[in-house]
Amino acid sequence: MANPDWPREIYDALKRAGVGVVGYVPDGGHKRLIELCLADSELRCVVLSTEEEGIGLAAGAWLGGMRCALLMQSSGVGNCINVLGMTHECRFPLLVLVTMRGEPGEFNPWQVPMGQATRAVLESMSVAVHRVTGATEIAAGVAAAAARAHSENSAQAVLIAQQVIGIKSFQEQAAQ
Amino acid sequence: MSSTLHRRDVVGALLAQRGDTLVVAGLGSTAWDCTAAGDSPLTFPLWGAMGTAAMVGLGLAIAQPARRVLVITGDGEMLMGLGSLATIGVQAPRNLAIAVIDNERYGETGMQATHTAHGVDLAAVAIGCRFASACIVREAKELDAARASLLSGEGPTLVQFKVIAEKLALVLPPHDGVALKERFRRALLGATAAG
Repeated sequence: MANPDWPREIYDALKRAGVGVVGYVPDGGHKRLIELCLADSELRCVVLSTEEEGIGLAAGAWLGGMRCALLMQSSGVGNCINVLGMTHECRFPLLVLVTMRGEPGEFNPWQVPMGQATRAVLESMSVAVHRVTGATEIAAGVAAAAARAHSENSAQAVLIAQQVIGIKSFQEQAAQ
Repeated sequence: MSSTLHRRDVVGALLAQRGDTLVVAGLGSTAWDCTAAGDSPLTFPLWGAMGTAAMVGLGLAIAQPARRVLVITGDGEMLMGLGSLATIGVQAPRNLAIAVIDNERYGETGMQATHTAHGVDLAAVAIGCRFASACIVREAKELDAARASLLSGEGPTLVQFKVIAEKLALVLPPHDGVALKERFRRALLGATAAG
């Protein structure tokens, strides 16, 4: 891979964007980014039991004056759909980084339907979607999305293509 | 055991001494209860996003660790966000309190029974999720202690108030989400807080 440390570049972009709270449901694609966030004592990391909790977390943090970023896998995007109505009605800034599953090469067919619907689900709830397909463009995409979220009070999602993360089977992930 | 508590007496008692407490009201009856007790820019009433009130409270409690945050929500709303009690228990915010106004009914949709009508114990769930304290309150004589716990006890704490299932006059807060957000941020963060 041309740029193996894109997770650190995302982390740096989040720090430059003034993010103070990171909410996440763990995902293999976000593993290194989560580790970087956990190692930063200035970041408040909140493990969520379901992705929609993160939408509330981000809203509350913003009400209190803090910026939040959410990390999730594409399968979790569907869990957020109703509560994204609050984000839209209140024009809460929202930054969501989504690692994609269900794209070409996916080994688990049950990941495919939600993976294919991810963009449509987000856009149907007025979340702007930016898909990045190369490791070198991710950090710039995250920085741009964060800037828009906080300057426009809008909801922004960055979809990180599965080809960037690498297609891994359970067996390969377990061996890491 | 049936309750003798009226929901608006409970919410009124909690909010009468709120001071500078930041309040998140869950959608439906608890938002109307909070408005009936007196609207405030430092009350953020939800008109949707059912199941999310406690998490909005957690985000606020993290961002404002020096302020008390009180979530006032219903039993149906809390049941929809049950996992958030685990998330909150792990984060252990000392300044977060949750008051569940439990009439054992979905009040806005025809008073259908919720799981708490069948004995589901939200206070026990909260304890199981590592809350610092949680209890069920059924009687007026318990209100003062419950209020003290919610407004100044160590968090996270949850009090489940068993109240009479009654239909009351709607007392609606403003419903413009942007206006609710902006008035809250201005009151909390100052006149220059945009968005």
